[in-house]
Amino acid sequence: MAALGMLDSANLNGGQKLAVKYFTVAIALFGAQVLFGLLAGIQYLKPDFLYGVLDFSVNRMVHINAMVVWLLYGFIGSTYWLLEDESGHSVVGLALGNLIFWVLTLAVAVVVVVYLLIQVGPGDQSTIWLINEGREYIEAPRWADIGIVVSVLVFFFNVAATFAKGKYTGIGGVLVLDLVALAGLYLAGVFYTPNISVDQYWWWWVIHLWVEATWEVLVGCLMAYALIKTLGVRRKIVETWLYIEVALMFGSGILGLGHHYFWIGTPEYWFTIGGFFSALEPIPLVAMVVHSVFDSGVHKMKNTNHPALAWIIAHAFGNFFGAGVWGFMHTLPQINLYTHGTQWSASHGHLAFFGAYATLVIGFVYLALQKWRGNVWMSGGLADNGWKWKWALGLLHLGMIGMVMGLLISGYEQSQIERAIEGSTWTGYFAAQAHHWFQQGIYWRQIFGWVFAAGFVLLAWDLMTIGKRETRPALVVKEEAAAA
Amino acid sequence: MIFLTFDSLSQISAGTKRVPAYSVINHRIDYKFDETRNFQVPVIGPEEPLFGKKLTEEEAAALVSKGKLTTQAKNCMNCHTLLGNGAYFAPDLTKAWLDPSWGSKEAREQLMVDFLKDPSDKLHNAVGRRMPNLGITDEEARAVVAFLKWMSSIDTNGFPYNFKPIDQSDPAPAAPAAAAAPEATGTPAQN
Repeated sequence: MAALGMLDSANLNGGQKLAVKYFTVAIALFGAQVLFGLLAGIQYLKPDFLYGVLDFSVNRMVHINAMVVWLLYGFIGSTYWLLEDESGHSVVGLALGNLIFWVLTLAVAVVVVVYLLIQVGPGDQSTIWLINEGREYIEAPRWADIGIVVSVLVFFFNVAATFAKGKYTGIGGVLVLDLVALAGLYLAGVFYTPNISVDQYWWWWVIHLWVEATWEVLVGCLMAYALIKTLGVRRKIVETWLYIEVALMFGSGILGLGHHYFWIGTPEYWFTIGGFFSALEPIPLVAMVVHSVFDSGVHKMKNTNHPALAWIIAHAFGNFFGAGVWGFMHTLPQINLYTHGTQWSASHGHLAFFGAYATLVIGFVYLALQKWRGNVWMSGGLADNGWKWKWALGLLHLGMIGMVMGLLISGYEQSQIERAIEGSTWTGYFAAQAHHWFQQGIYWRQIFGWVFAAGFVLLAWDLMTIGKRETRPALVVKEEAAAA
Repeated sequence: MIFLTFDSLSQISAGTKRVPAYSVINHRIDYKFDETRNFQVPVIGPEEPLFGKKLTEEEAAALVSKGKLTTQAKNCMNCHTLLGNGAYFAPDLTKAWLDPSWGSKEAREQLMVDFLKDPSDKLHNAVGRRMPNLGITDEEARAVVAFLKWMSSIDTNGFPYNFKPIDQSDPAPAAPAAAAAPEATGTPAQN
């Protein structure tokens, strides 16, 4: 093993070497997401900024696509990270996994270049195959869709085969089942129909069931593993929690899909189904908060990796508030009638994606860095008192919460003026957008966007330097006694 | 979930009560308050062909499809919302065909085509946002109008709330038309 405090791949197993490649691209795409978010935000305040060059539609598309892809990279990386450790077997099909990494990365680069340089095409099928599909979140052209499905299938094969050859843990079992759904559900978005109601019906299978259900289960698995590693929580306890969470998530999450079916032409029975099951959706997320906070309390916060644990706890709260509370806030049809298609959704989307997913991926990257530097000390009393990771955590959260609140205020105002008073016409829409209360919310969103960007820069700096020249080996936490 | 999906899909296929056939673009589409359901619902009125030309079911389907394809190819959803989904930088297009901003129902078809073909010099709001020129051809623009007209006929359970549609009632001299109106607007299917 190499010296402590030095980045050295000799410290990593095969899956982990692949994982750090995924993490590197993930963080780069995170940066792109922040950058294009800032550009799109500026256009709300100064509509002529980059008009005709990089229009809002392009910036916003890159902003949300970079997010989806960097989180996916983070998840794939995290899974490869834990794979050998969890299964007790070296990764099956590692060479194929590496090949797919480069193919996928090249494809992502091509798609982004096309988005930026070509942007739109003629109104026929060639555009959908080659440039973009023009469907929110799944704009990737058809050739890339097929590529994504193939990549996820290879990834699924590697994970399933490795667990099959090694041993299936509870985490492993849930993970494999979840990855089947991850590849399968994406297919619901890979077709064209002139009927927009049918289009939107299936679109939500990808956006709600794929992003909300399969990703939520995936982060549940990652969280379970991370708690064992950082706190030494007993496996039996985390796996039991994981099963309960998965059961609750599927119990409420699948039919909670109904809250997207209020206004797209679908029958009225979705009001009842969507409203009721959405009300249950936050329950598993509450369980998650209780579980991680309780665990860290039991261990008196004694853990092997301070930054990773901090991000895991941030994940528990972020998931509960962003996905749970902010989602539930407007999923009842009575409220949603006013808020659907307003900045409320943007407010919820920002907090949910950051709180539920970004936080956990960042936590995993910290776990990875610790090992990469030879399992270096990352508990209390870090060099410089760990100010960089603490400030990064603080600024990213301050920036996010500020943006979310700004958008929420604008959303309230928009619902009131555009929908309730002005009668939902275009004149009403612009009356709301021009109102100084709306503008004020958007202005604050932009300011906190800069705060968030500052947090990102600090995070990237910290990721490059944390543990450098550290000479202490990592704290060892014992798995908690069975009798405890 | 599987049962609900089958049932929902059968209720939202084109040519049903909730999602009319594409040839609905040959008719006037209006949006009226329904007492029993307690919200506004689309009503299909007398014949009023788009661009003055009545289309067969196949021609209408092809035109609407071309229009939807164009909205995807031009990435409309990353500024606008359709059925409330998409981005929030530009107005919702769900009932765009019925929006009073077009001034009069006579002028609206041509205004929409002209706007789509080059919107960049047509600033019409106080916040200074403009739609960019997306190189939409005349043919594509007409198809998009057809798509928007068809979309306005979808029964969206009263969304967007409290919408005030453009006035499409016929001018005063057409007394027979006024008499025919209740029959034309009271689509029996809604009860």
